[in-house]
Amino acid sequence: MWAFINKLRSPKWFYAIGARLQPFFWVAAAALILVGTVWGLAFAPADYQQGNSFRIIYVHVPAAFLAQSIFVSMAMCGLVYMVWKIKVADMAAAMMAPLGAAMTFVSLFSGAVWGVPTWGTWWMWDARLTSMLILLFLFLGVIALRGAFSSRDSASRAASVLAMVGVINIPIIKYSVDWWYTLHQPATFSITGRAAMPMEMWAPLLIMVLGFYSFFIALTLMRTRSEILRRESNKRWVRDLAGEKR
Amino acid sequence: MAFESFNEFIAMGGHAPYVWAAWGVTGALLVAVVLHARAERRLLLRNLQRRVRREERQGANRGEMAGVSHQTGGNHHDT
Repeated sequence: MWAFINKLRSPKWFYAIGARLQPFFWVAAAALILVGTVWGLAFAPADYQQGNSFRIIYVHVPAAFLAQSIFVSMAMCGLVYMVWKIKVADMAAAMMAPLGAAMTFVSLFSGAVWGVPTWGTWWMWDARLTSMLILLFLFLGVIALRGAFSSRDSASRAASVLAMVGVINIPIIKYSVDWWYTLHQPATFSITGRAAMPMEMWAPLLIMVLGFYSFFIALTLMRTRSEILRRESNKRWVRDLAGEKR
Repeated sequence: MAFESFNEFIAMGGHAPYVWAAWGVTGALLVAVVLHARAERRLLLRNLQRRVRREERQGANRGEMAGVSHQTGGNHHDT
């Protein structure tokens, strides 16, 4: 295990292993999202109260889950970078931030659109909605902070610290619906409790969630490999690579 | 199948604007993210190749000039 982690430290190894793992996650993402989309949009039964607007859940919940997981991953990468000085961790953190911002935006947007027919409003300063908006600002802050330094090391350290501090927002998002129950409904899924929906409704949701996670892994592998080309372009093995590819 | 006909599917029981707006924005963003990642990778590979080629050329020039004048250190100033 430690040998494997030590190999992952080196950008060269990450580049090679990433190339091997990437196709698997792309195929999984495409298949899961396709099945989840067809099932969720056309086959899942309409909700007896919300009708077909309920189908927004199949993009809303996966995006919201993924947005939070990306922030946690980013904070963990920040920790790994700060403690062990593993550059690949910092590269991965830098590459996942924009997708995190995009997913947070998707969850806010789909939630707002869903709110109109369901709650009669697209926005309220509800605890869940507000803490998700803060998550969006945290993502944008991490991205902006990286761009604000001329030294890459300073930028990486600042972004890592902000991610590690900002991760406190994640439990606030999670428990916001229980602590301040105003507008947003409590959790749809729980690991321990019984599902609040029939199987025909939650199965496509689970598939979509897994699809979104696969998409995130595939994209992060791909973009981290690109980032290695950018940052390690002076290394011998990267220059040899330029000769091989096309 | 939750719908009787294709038109009914599109209409989403009167919720079409909401359902299709949410799904449309999500799909568009996912596609955009993939296209961006592909463009980014292609650009980086192309830049890398260009740099490696340029430096090989400069390296060759420097090699020729090394015997003539060592002090100027080759043609560093032309880029």
